[in-house]
Amino acid sequence: MMRLPKFRYYAPQTVTEAAAILHAEGPQAMVVAGGTDLYPNMKRRHQMPTTLVGLRKIGRLRGVKGSAARGLWIGPGTTLTDLEENALLRRHYPGLFQAIHSISTPILRNMGTIGGNICLDTRCNYYDQNYEWRRAINFCMKCDGDICWVAPKSKICLAVSSSDTAPVLCAYGARFHLASKKGERTIEAKDLYKRDGIHYLTKRPDEILTGITLPPAARFRSAYRKLRRREAFDFPVLGVAVCVRFEGAVVGDARLWLGAVSMAPVEAKDAQAALTVRPLTDETIEEAARLAYPLAKPVDNTDFALRWRKEMTRHFVKEVLREIRQT
Amino acid sequence: MAGGSSVRGPGGGRGNGRALRVVGSSVRKVDGLSKCAGVTKFADDIVLPRMLFCKLHRSPVPHARIVRVNTSKAAKMPGVLAVLTGKDLPIPFGILPVSQDEHALCLDKVRLVGDPVAAVAAVDEDAAFDAMNAIEVEYEPLDPILSIEEAIRKPSPRIHDYGDEGNIHKKVALEFGDVERGFREADRIFEDTFYYEGSTHLPMEQHAAVGMVDPDGKVTVWSSTQTPHYVHRALAKVLEMPPAHIRVIACPNGGGFGGKSDPFNHEIVVAKLALLTGRPVKITLTREEVFYCHRGRHPVLMQIRTGVAKDGAIKAMHFKSYLDGGGYGSYGVASTYYTGALQTVTYNVETYRFQGARVFTNKPPCGPKRGHGTPQPRFALEVHLDKIAATLGVDPAELRLRHLVAPGSLTANYLRVGSMGLGKCIGAVVEGSEWKKKFRRLPRGKGIGLACSSYLCGAGLPIYWNNMPHTGVQIRLDRGGGVAVFCGEIDIGQGSDTVLAQVVAEVLGIDPYDIRIVFGDTDLTPVDLGSYSSRVTLMMGNAAIQAAERARELLAKVAAEKLGVSVERLGFGERRVFDVEDPDRGMTFAEAVVLAESRFGTIGTVGSYTPPPSAGKYKGSGVGPSPAYSFSAAVVELDVDPETGWVRVERIHLAHDVGQCINPVLVVGQIEGSVYMGLGEALMEEQVFRANRNGVHRQPSMLEYKSPTTMEMPDVVSYIIEDPDPNGPFGAKEVGQGPLLPIAPAVVNAVFDAVGVRIDEVPVTPEKILKALESPAKRYGPKGVPDVKWPDPIRVPAPWEGGTGRPDEGGEPAVASERAPAPDRAPHARGPRS
Amino acid sequence: MAQKMKRRGKGAAGASPSRAKVHLRLDVNGETQEVAFAPHKTLLEVLREDLGLTGTKHGCELGECGTCTVLLDGRPQLSCLVLALECEDRPVVTVEGLARGPRPDPLQMAFAELGAAQCGYCTPGILCAAKALLDAKPQPTRQEIREALSGNLCRCTGYIKIFEAVELAARRMRDPDAKPAAEVLHGRRV
Repeated sequence: MMRLPKFRYYAPQTVTEAAAILHAEGPQAMVVAGGTDLYPNMKRRHQMPTTLVGLRKIGRLRGVKGSAARGLWIGPGTTLTDLEENALLRRHYPGLFQAIHSISTPILRNMGTIGGNICLDTRCNYYDQNYEWRRAINFCMKCDGDICWVAPKSKICLAVSSSDTAPVLCAYGARFHLASKKGERTIEAKDLYKRDGIHYLTKRPDEILTGITLPPAARFRSAYRKLRRREAFDFPVLGVAVCVRFEGAVVGDARLWLGAVSMAPVEAKDAQAALTVRPLTDETIEEAARLAYPLAKPVDNTDFALRWRKEMTRHFVKEVLREIRQT
Repeated sequence: MAGGSSVRGPGGGRGNGRALRVVGSSVRKVDGLSKCAGVTKFADDIVLPRMLFCKLHRSPVPHARIVRVNTSKAAKMPGVLAVLTGKDLPIPFGILPVSQDEHALCLDKVRLVGDPVAAVAAVDEDAAFDAMNAIEVEYEPLDPILSIEEAIRKPSPRIHDYGDEGNIHKKVALEFGDVERGFREADRIFEDTFYYEGSTHLPMEQHAAVGMVDPDGKVTVWSSTQTPHYVHRALAKVLEMPPAHIRVIACPNGGGFGGKSDPFNHEIVVAKLALLTGRPVKITLTREEVFYCHRGRHPVLMQIRTGVAKDGAIKAMHFKSYLDGGGYGSYGVASTYYTGALQTVTYNVETYRFQGARVFTNKPPCGPKRGHGTPQPRFALEVHLDKIAATLGVDPAELRLRHLVAPGSLTANYLRVGSMGLGKCIGAVVEGSEWKKKFRRLPRGKGIGLACSSYLCGAGLPIYWNNMPHTGVQIRLDRGGGVAVFCGEIDIGQGSDTVLAQVVAEVLGIDPYDIRIVFGDTDLTPVDLGSYSSRVTLMMGNAAIQAAERARELLAKVAAEKLGVSVERLGFGERRVFDVEDPDRGMTFAEAVVLAESRFGTIGTVGSYTPPPSAGKYKGSGVGPSPAYSFSAAVVELDVDPETGWVRVERIHLAHDVGQCINPVLVVGQIEGSVYMGLGEALMEEQVFRANRNGVHRQPSMLEYKSPTTMEMPDVVSYIIEDPDPNGPFGAKEVGQGPLLPIAPAVVNAVFDAVGVRIDEVPVTPEKILKALESPAKRYGPKGVPDVKWPDPIRVPAPWEGGTGRPDEGGEPAVASERAPAPDRAPHARGPRS
Repeated sequence: MAQKMKRRGKGAAGASPSRAKVHLRLDVNGETQEVAFAPHKTLLEVLREDLGLTGTKHGCELGECGTCTVLLDGRPQLSCLVLALECEDRPVVTVEGLARGPRPDPLQMAFAELGAAQCGYCTPGILCAAKALLDAKPQPTRQEIREALSGNLCRCTGYIKIFEAVELAARRMRDPDAKPAAEVLHGRRV
């Protein structure tokens, strides 16, 4: 049986208390909410924190507040199932709903939190393996080694951002609230992520994600499409998130983000520009797909063949935009 | 105890003429509620006082000599009670007598990433894990061999110092009838090359075993094994202990599919650790380790060349197969023969040549996975036939129906086909799917495809040469009317406990729930060779009938006297023994037992079963013969997105000739489960490795090894065809493996119908379909086969050429497939399968 | 919420904080159990190893198969990814707790009757997931059953008998005498 390494466990009741523990323990401490990302990693000896700070007793980290008109506040400790069942989210933020609904399995969504998915460790077929397997390739730079086996000349780790919610939240222009002993700060969703498979978050180890705010949903339409082998369990090997504001017959503002094609969510800026101030016709959709496609630079570290995954970007962008047009 | 020598096929034809009460009805599985209550004890559920935990230190390199193993640090760690290395268990073992090439812990060499080198026993699993990681091994690396082509091209470094040539483990060449004449007489000749990727069983239960030593030094091993008898033999050999002092108890398997049919290193290791420490020792493999045990589907490259007459009759067939065997022999010699054995039992093949080669590679060993060695060639043959039908302009269903092997006939390679319901199977799926309305008439993107198959009901010959029965059943009657049935069989989920209870209940006229089944225990139960090769229902069923009939005879004798009627007039049913002409006159079953016990003493009977002799008398004729053959036909309906290559299977129709249902709901369950596993192989499952990264398994996890979920499973329409076989118990044949075989070729044929491309390779992924759509040849698949120096074939004239089953003069001398006094030469030819 | 924390150096073993056992109350199958265990143990491990409830199985211990599913707070959850010490005073129901005294749950009976438990190894987890489904939706559609059980892998059945057993159990909750359809038991007649 795969077992957890030993650790010291704290279950603080408040964010302040949690922040104080993280501050005192230093980077050997980690926070855990649902545990569905961290515990498998710990069992595979990716992370062996000496201290775990469990967040589930902090009531302030759970729940959904607000309205479509004012925007929503989501507690990062809210389980994915609770969010799926939230009528407001389902109705007004369909892209986020689709992303959440597509995560792993219903059972895992009963445990996993949205904060966990936002901070999901980057993934790679050379990394998401047992300690013994990784020893057989003499480890990789993301954990215990020095080289990137996906691209041995690469100076940085190419592990893939595999969060379903991240590209949607980036497309929404959501904001993340972070707290630590040193204080609080709020950042744009896109500023949380870095194109580095190891240091993939700008969040410091002593910081806790304390809230997610979504902008008002009025006049926005959103959608998310996910590519994976199976309709359950599997992480995305491509996620396309789109958020479009229509002004009459034309697109006023379009945001198109790609997930799971790089170490961080990728903004398809040229495609966005091509969609803006134009009606969403077959031609503009085609053009957006053409412009988004080169941004996907998959490497051989997930399921499916590279070339096909890249090709699918074009297809999925088209599909997701057609879906937006219909809604 | 009554009983005596074994008989052959006691069930012949029974059940057809007689009304059946229990057999043929969907009774609830006798172990069903226990499993649903969580009460069934699987191997990892066993907890014994003072039990230790074992972990294996495994090789991180694919191919190397072991220079030094340093266990001193591990041995001193807290909680560690024993450490073992290869030197502690130096005697080799293996499932086949000709492939005794495994060691419990690698002795001088490692042959794959994951090969076990050392073992620790500690007070808990955490301590064992830490100690396992503290073991240091120094290796002298050797070049790894990681593909079929590489193994053929590079005779050195040799992975094993035995085998037919370099890194070729086994070469086979057989020829039946005048193949060249067949090709000359053919109107058209077709040739195709196919590849079938390896896949693994992925049982939900990870292998587990517990070893225990009695104070008197006797060893007991509980294990999740399909073959307690072979584990028993391997333990006796490696531990150098008398078999009488070793007891193997097979726990109900949490899925087997062939993956628990070999004796395994970890089973031997826990026994040895128990002997050393005097305490019980348990090991439960991690999921990753299960991928290293493997013994799954061989990756096979195949070439098929067929000469056909204008009407599609097969005048000549030449089949070549190249098997990637992995690091050990396992069942591989048998697997090699199996890739050439069953091509002849569905459609008439006038002349037939088979060449097969299995290579060693530095990967987990391949062996028997559901269908053992036959799904790959069946895939090739059925897709090949679809292409032939298309070229000849014949409906593929019609082509097959025209050339069906006749029941009761002998094939070119001397397999004796008994009942043969394939025609009815084809009829059922063609009608049920409305094939004629749909085939080649659906809009682009929608497709329908058909394929057929056959499978055996147990191997005709045992793995190791002997004259003994393949299975035995013992029955003991209690004065209260209870019946205990003892058999070495093991239920791996297929329902064999229930089959046993139903068969005995049928003969004795009692309720299946009156019966206590005692299974899979080498101390308590008569030998059954194991749950592989789809042998259990037929062989155990026949033995059970024999044992039960012997018990019934005893009861009938005393009951007839008491009732004053002849024995022939007695009926057994509803827990009563009665006069069939006046059913009110009779007694309870329990009363009959009391009478019998008063007369004869304690009532116990035995039955056993040995398959009929095979017709072939050539070297290699041991693989393929079976008492009976099951048949299946499948129609797959699917959608292909021509833009992405994505396949969505909508519905699968599967008709299976099971001879006679023992339990229809379990038959349907086996059909559905086989369809599922076949579909996984057809679309997504791959046991693959990174050749450029030390030969590591690409994805040894439940997440990345893609087993279809509920969301991928299409509707399945099952049709049970009952064409009773004279050799089957009540006419029954197998259903556990056969229905898997036609799925992959039917999928590929349906993809062609949908978008007009041929995917000559499994799995059929969207990438491959898209590539085929973009290619000029509208095909994706292997380009050719490597050069192998084939041995001179053993030439056997076909039965219709006046052949006797013996080779031509000038060929290799016959090693008769049965009772040949040359166990050291021939046993590899007597393979089993999962 | 894992952020990256680098741990260099070889050896998965090594100095970790060794902790004394924690002692707490677990509410398992309606009974309060006092149990002492090491803090790094998962609910799966405590159920199987400390409470002797081996009905809950495991197939990967990484959340990739669904085998270890139990009901926690009334919802199916993966016992391999929950710390037992996070379960204090939260109701846990395992397969052993599904029956009402000697009477099997209708799901258990339907699974047994239809052969929806072949090897029976994934069965305890699937029964828990199905139980939660029927508690929430007494008359689920086939698609709802598919989705609710999409986190439970089964290698034996192809899931079909499982779907049919859930449907049969759901029908029996309204009509105790409901029988399975003939096609479920015998396949389609030719």
